[in-house]
Order: sequence, then C-alpha cells, then structure tokens
Amino acid sequence: MSKPLPPPKRKNPLRKTPAPLSPQGVRSRTAHGLTAAAAQGRFALQVCADCGAIVYPPRDACPVCLSARLPFRDIDNTGTLIAETTVRVSTDSYFREHLPWRVGTVKLDAGPVLVAHLHDDAREGARVRLALKLDKSGAPVMLALPAQETDNMQDDPQLRELTCDPKFRRVLITDGRTAVGQAMAKAFSDAGAAIVFVGLADQWKPFPGMDALRAIERVEVVPLDVTDTESVAEQAQQNGGRVDIVVNTAEYIRAGGIVDRQGLTVARTEIDVRYLGLLRLAQAFGPAMRARGGDGVNSATAFVNLLSVYALMNWPSYGAYAAVEAACLSATQAMRAELRPGGVKVVNVFFGPLETEWFEAVPPPKVAPARLASAVIDALRHGLEDVFVGEIAQDVRARLAVNPKALERELAG
Amino acid sequence: MTDPLAFARAIATGSVRVIDLTQTLAPDFPTIALPPEFGQCAPFRLEEVSRYDARGPAWYWNNFSMGEHTGTHFDAPIHWVSGKDLPNNAVDTIDPANFIAPAAVIDCSTESARDADFVLTVAFVEAWEARHGKIEPGNWVLLRTDWSKKPPNAYAGMREDGAHTPGPSPDVVKWLVEQRDVRGFGTETIGTDAGQAHHFNPPYPAHFYMHGKGRFGLQCLTNLDLLPPKGAVIVAAPLKIKQGSGSPLRVLALVPGTPS
Repeated sequence: MSKPLPPPKRKNPLRKTPAPLSPQGVRSRTAHGLTAAAAQGRFALQVCADCGAIVYPPRDACPVCLSARLPFRDIDNTGTLIAETTVRVSTDSYFREHLPWRVGTVKLDAGPVLVAHLHDDAREGARVRLALKLDKSGAPVMLALPAQETDNMQDDPQLRELTCDPKFRRVLITDGRTAVGQAMAKAFSDAGAAIVFVGLADQWKPFPGMDALRAIERVEVVPLDVTDTESVAEQAQQNGGRVDIVVNTAEYIRAGGIVDRQGLTVARTEIDVRYLGLLRLAQAFGPAMRARGGDGVNSATAFVNLLSVYALMNWPSYGAYAAVEAACLSATQAMRAELRPGGVKVVNVFFGPLETEWFEAVPPPKVAPARLASAVIDALRHGLEDVFVGEIAQDVRARLAVNPKALERELAG
Repeated sequence: MTDPLAFARAIATGSVRVIDLTQTLAPDFPTIALPPEFGQCAPFRLEEVSRYDARGPAWYWNNFSMGEHTGTHFDAPIHWVSGKDLPNNAVDTIDPANFIAPAAVIDCSTESARDADFVLTVAFVEAWEARHGKIEPGNWVLLRTDWSKKPPNAYAGMREDGAHTPGPSPDVVKWLVEQRDVRGFGTETIGTDAGQAHHFNPPYPAHFYMHGKGRFGLQCLTNLDLLPPKGAVIVAAPLKIKQGSGSPLRVLALVPGTPS
C-alpha cells in the first residue's frame, strides 16, 4: 500500500525552483510504435506477422524468423516481477533528482522479459501489470503496477512522475460558462485539485449554473476572456506562476458548412475563440508552465485541449467548425514540441457531438459533459496524450485508420 | 456671420467648456447581447503591434477591432429597416452639418434609480418643457439616467427575461420626431431603446421612428449629469465608414463656462 501523499509544503521563496530535467528520450523510428501505444494508454508490443513471436525491445527484423513484418499489436500486459533493485546513485541528472528509484525485471505471461520502472506496490515475486507511459521527455517507458488496485495507489511518486495527476495541483479551466466547463470544474474539484480557477468572460452576462459553479469546493472564478489578449495576459500575470494544468474549455460550436454560410462573422468568431484563443493561452501560460515542470508535487504538468474528432476529418454539417478544430489540432502538435522540454504534456481529448444545445439536432450517441470531464481526469491520471471519448470519436478514429477517403465520403452524408 | 476663431478663443479662455461624453473603449465594456444564434456586435479588442521592442524598436502601436455599435456610438438611419431607403442615410453620406447640434437633457435619474424599466413618456417631457421651455427643432434629446455610473452587471441589467434598462415609449419617440423635429435621441444605456423594448409596439421604437424619419441615435454616453438641461452643444461626428450603419465616436459637449 502506498503512503498517502501529503499536501505539498508551501515553497521556500529563497530556494531555486528545480529545473525541469528530462531523462534520455531518444527512440528509434520503430520504437515509436511504443510511443503511439503509450500516448493512448494501450499496451502494445511487436508481434511477428509470420511466426507469431512477441518481440521486445523493438526491432526491424524478427529475431526468430528474420521477418521484417513486425506490426505493434495490443497484447496482455500481465506478468511477474522476477527481480527488483533500487538505484541509489546515478550519473543521469534527471534521475539524480529522483533517487532512490526502483527498477525491476518483469516476465510477461506472453513471453518477453522487460526492464521496467516499479510502482511502490509492485514487489519482487508478485504478479504485476505492465503499463506503457510517456516519461518527462515524452519517450515511452515501462512501468510495473501491482496486479490489483491498492490503497493510495495513485500517490506513488514514480507513477506520479509519469502521469499528470490533478491531486494537489492548481488547474485553470478557461471558460466556466459552458456545460463542459462546469462539469470540468466539478470533476477537478472531486479529483483533489488544490485550486480550480475557472475563467469567466463578460461577467455581466448571467448564465445557467453560475451559482452552482461558484458553490463547487475550491473553485475560484477569475476574469478571463480567451478572445481578449489583454485579459489572458492579465490572468497569466495573476496566476500563471501557479497554474499546473490548463484545460481549455472555451468553445464556439455552430452548425453550417463553408459554401452555404453567409459571410465571415461567425467564422471569425470561431477562429477567435478557438484557434486564436488557444494561441493566446499558449503564449501567456506556456512559458511559465514549461519553467515549472520540475517543481515538485505540484509541478506544472499538462495543457489539455478539448478537440472535436472532426479535426481529423471534416464533417460538412459542421464544416467551418471542423476546419477550425483542425487548425487547433495542428497548433497543439507544435505546442507539444515546445512544451516537452519542460516535461509539460499536451493532452488532446477528442469527442464527437456533445449532449449540449449546439448539437441539439444531432441524434445520439452524444457525449455528456460529465463524461468528457471524467475522461480528462482519467487521461491525466494515466498520463495520456491522445484520448477519444465516446462511440463517435472512436468510430471516426477507427475508420480514419482504415480508409480516410471512405471516411471523407461517408461524413459527407 | 459668427467668427469661428471667436469660438476657438472662447474654448481657449474657458468661456466655453468641453465635456467628454464618451466611454473609454475597453475590451470589457458591455455590448448589446442578442440570442447567441444571431450575428453579434464585436466587442472592442486591442492587439499590440509593437511596444519599443523587437517588433518595432522605437514605436508603440496597436491594431484594434470592434463593431460599428461598440462603446459610445452613433446610429445612422440605415441601421434600422425603417430607414433603409432614405437618402444619405449612412455615416459616410450624412451631411456633416448634422454632427453639431444643441441638446435638451432630460433628467430621469431619480425615476430610473427607482425603476430600471422606467419609460419616458410624452407627459414627462411636457412637464420638463414646462420647467425648461420647449425643445427646439434640430436638438438632440439626451436621456440622463445616470446609468453610466453603474458597475457592468447593473449597467447591462441582464436577467432571465432580458435586459432591464430605461428608455423611451413609442409615443414619445414619435412625438419627438413629429412634434419637436429633433435631431436624434441619445442615452447612457447600451441602446437608445429600453432594455425590454422588444415587447413594445412597434418593437425598438427609438430605432424604428428615429431612423425611419432620418434621425440619429447616440448611446453609451456618459457625464450627462454635467450638462445643463438646455444650452449644451453636442459635437458627434461618426467615422466615415462606407455605407456604415453607425460608428464608435468621441462625443463632446460644449457648455457655457466661466472665463479664466
């Protein structure tokens, strides 16, 4: 059983903030098969398409039959921790900050034997589950977890280092006016966030749920309008030094395609709220977060984007909206590269139509705001980068992988 | 003939004082709120181009954006469907002599403080005229409510059933246009009409009658409490936007002063 994590002490202002160090993060092109699995929380290894051998570490030819056909496949992640050791001395500057560090050897039931980081509840001789995680450098690593859930399991320092758990962290939800923003505030409060800053534009405009939002424990409503550069800069000046997680809930969802829309007023607002809003947040909060990626228990850890799955392929019924979402997706890929040196993850959570007023004419299945919020918490607790919430999002992803052209035609209706 | 230089001297010596009736253009100043499925008036936004930095070492400047009806602004007759076919009905074609005119300032601040839905009536204006004299043709009529002194929430007055802010009744607007031949109607609130004026008949009477007869609107004014009931001259020249329906502008009032 892990020791419950005590709330972090207040910082000593006379001490230097630890630099956000990263472990060695270079991987081969083939090994990025593990990165892809880790980003989505899957456990996948290479499985030889010719002889069926399960191969680890990643290789370009099967060590059994020399086949070059070695696709990554999801496989059973259970095994036994056959040996463990504790690293007490290291020449690596990242690990020197985190010693002692336990590592061990896991024999998977599926065959391969791997070296893995160890959760404190994974003990030599015991059954374990292996998980692929993205470390602070963004590289995939193995972490052995106890076979069953244990008390305070999520508080384990090694697990916490490989994930973005909101517990004790300060989160900024950028727009509390929406149903999604309000569900997010509740979810982060329930997940133990130390402060839930909730941005609100145009406070002179009342909205449903305002009183309930303010009543959520540890919620602090702050002025923030993502369409106003000055407002975003002011909020970053106020709280940017202590925001550990940003969740951008600012949305502007309007039906309508490209050709049949009249004028650009709506399109400009879509771009202003979503794409330029993201840029404003990234510029205002990104640099400070990147500098605080090694700042202890409540280090800066994640920038969460809620993206329509139609960012991946346009849905003409909401064509202009989808186009802006695609621009946002592209921007988040740049942000990943820019924030990775600080160990800050950019988490993209994709969804289909939501159970909100702007998708009222769209038939189910739709994603309820609370489900989206719990998916975000889950993604942070597992340290994921790409999450697909709900049947539609997963369906679009699957069809895109098989035949993008078919998907394009099918979405045209 | 009056010498314009004498007027300039009067300003210089303080025998004519200038009062600024304009709200500062700032991002958080409320704009009119329509149901979200409609097109919206863009709020004021400022984007720094450079500030003595790598983007421009020796100079500071901004790009700004907003709607024609953002902040203290002027409504031209073309703004409303009732004025759409009038000649010279847009900000670029209105005869600029219209932009300087005297004002009758009707103080409804006490009544508005008591009732956010205060409606100006003909009887109220007639009582005002009994005290201050008849409103002359070509005058602006400005509704002083002290609304500009309110914090944003109370200023916008938004509730579940819409905005609650004072404004004129349909009868009084028609009467001001037909019986008093006014230049236009000005308010401190977000619009020239009352917050609940979409329930009036016709809806938005200040827009419908004023613009239908080629008259103008001014809204989001401030400092009306510094003006005399009569005797102020308003300088309100909108930007010359091609076929513009209105424009943010600097509104100045010239009032008698004591020469220094």
